[in-house]
Amino acid sequence: MQNKNIQLDENKIIARPVVGVSVLILGTLVLLLSIVLAISVGAANIDFFTVWNSIFNYDPQGKADQIIMDIRLPREIGVMVVGAALAVSGAIMQGVTKNPLAESGLLGINAGAGFALACLLAFHSQSSYVLVMFISFIGASIGAGMVFGISALKRGGMSPLRIILAGSVVMALLTALADGIAVLFKITQDLSIWKIGSSSGTTWLQLKIAVPVVIVALFIAILLSKKLTILSFGDDIAKGLGERTALMKFVLMVIVLVLAGVSVSLVGALAFVGLMVPHMVRFFVGTDYRWVIPCSGVFGSVLLVLSDIAARMINAPFETPIGAIVAIIGVPFFLYLARREGSR
Amino acid sequence: MNIVDTATQKRVRITLFVSILLLIVSFVVSVATGFVSLSPFQLARTIVGLGDNQENLILFDFRLPRILVTILAGMGLAVSGAILQSITKNPLSDPGILGINSGAGLMVVLYVAYFSIESTSFIYILPLIALIGGILSMVVIYFLSYKRGEGVDPTRLILVGVGMAAAFNGFIFTITARLEEEQNAFIANWIAGRIWGDDWTFVLALLPWILILVPIVFSKSPILNILNLNEHVSLGLGANVERERRILLLIAIALATASVSVSGGIAFIGLMAPHIARNLVGPRHQAFLPIAAVMGSILLLVSDTIGRSILDPSGIPAGIIVTIIGAPYFLYLMAKR
Repeated sequence: MQNKNIQLDENKIIARPVVGVSVLILGTLVLLLSIVLAISVGAANIDFFTVWNSIFNYDPQGKADQIIMDIRLPREIGVMVVGAALAVSGAIMQGVTKNPLAESGLLGINAGAGFALACLLAFHSQSSYVLVMFISFIGASIGAGMVFGISALKRGGMSPLRIILAGSVVMALLTALADGIAVLFKITQDLSIWKIGSSSGTTWLQLKIAVPVVIVALFIAILLSKKLTILSFGDDIAKGLGERTALMKFVLMVIVLVLAGVSVSLVGALAFVGLMVPHMVRFFVGTDYRWVIPCSGVFGSVLLVLSDIAARMINAPFETPIGAIVAIIGVPFFLYLARREGSR
Repeated sequence: MNIVDTATQKRVRITLFVSILLLIVSFVVSVATGFVSLSPFQLARTIVGLGDNQENLILFDFRLPRILVTILAGMGLAVSGAILQSITKNPLSDPGILGINSGAGLMVVLYVAYFSIESTSFIYILPLIALIGGILSMVVIYFLSYKRGEGVDPTRLILVGVGMAAAFNGFIFTITARLEEEQNAFIANWIAGRIWGDDWTFVLALLPWILILVPIVFSKSPILNILNLNEHVSLGLGANVERERRILLLIAIALATASVSVSGGIAFIGLMAPHIARNLVGPRHQAFLPIAAVMGSILLLVSDTIGRSILDPSGIPAGIIVTIIGAPYFLYLMAKR
């Protein structure tokens, strides 16, 4: 194992390229396996071989083939994309804000997107998916603007704990507004899907638009990951190294909002994915964002695909919202971090 | 501790009088709001027993029980919030934010999932079920935020509460996934804070809790004053700090859960009402607690009335209106400090 430690003032980045590469390769393999597993389990069990056959030798007449191609495959691709998007957006936020608890779900960004979608749904029930995605992005920006605006009002910013508190209250507010609109316009049923997070019902049409957007955003995130590592040292050091910190932060936050917006428009407001995954990944590959970002992407996908399997198994034949599963897994993690953070 | 000058006492009395007056005004407005309006004149006539059949029916069977439940629940939540703020020394405490509502909610959901919601005993059992859930969740939250050598840090307590609320909600949604339509509708309404207990039985179920616990809290005002101070000061003054704090915490949980068991998951009342009262008459508990209680009733009653007037007959749940008013207030308090 080759450890490369770069000492920079008191900040230490740990980069482990060998571990990073092996984690990436292993993660991708696990991801592929879990997707095959996710496609084969469900109301109608389909064995592995058939899954393989349907994907690579699609037969439009076969019943199993139809279930796989029309329902399960788009669903799992959607879940995979959202997992990667949320995990990477969490990693970026933690780097930019230097707040280990930062995450789009807990900071009210996802709730903002949900609120905007409620407004859209109330006034215009049959919107194209491009519009849904765009509105979701606008809503995410509103949520982020509120939380960071409130922290900016206070001189010297706010401690990580207080930002989380502000985030949870902004989330309560935006959710209440969305609920109010839902009751007024009788769209409670449609909205509850976004509120809790449900992975069912992803269509190829949505994926055709969402996947390219996420891939481009992830690509930019990986390109900027070196700068993000520098930013995570703190503003002074980053400026000293010749970085335009304000511009970098702006670009990175836009990526966060795009990723969060797409995720909410596909699956709904999932919390905790962006919190858990980057921390787990850092444990293996160190604090260099060149490795944290791609590995977070892969592991976010794995986590969400596995959660989706659990969501379909626990109450079978009924489906449990995937958001509930993720919350139950994520909370112990949150508590651990909150306790560690609180002692500082 | 009798060093309060008469001018302050007079101010407290006037403020209390004005807030009770406000409560009466909101009551009259609330009675007048709804599918069938009841004017103040009709209301006066009906109260003294001169109303016709329809007026009697609307007032005594529909409006009055709901309004009384709202007033009692608002009072319980406000006093609960005031206690929590004093004993955690954190002005941002509120039973809803601390995760007590979600814990009570989880218990209610478990009960609804495995027992019938049709039986008549359901109404009387529900506050107890919610209370058990509230206490259990508070015990969990308290232990998880406890650290050896540091005790319970107020910010960490709230943060753990926020996290646990998310976990409780996760469990709630996991359970509701397999429930019938009717049970799901009940739970969804309960979580949103729709005042569903609009029957005299609910008034009777909630009344004893408020009637017994609120006066006890008032009588403990001097102790609350001391607990709100620095730990060392309160130890020096000879108060049995830990014991009193636990008793008061238990009362706060009981008040909050009994209230939410009939009103549904309502947050922010316990945050707002004590703050408004303290701003009016200062931080002495003897002075601000009664005003906070009345303020809580006014806030919840006004929220419910707004919710009913926006959309009749079912209305927007009061919990949603309260959050839309209360969350900005919370953020304002955060930004100010």
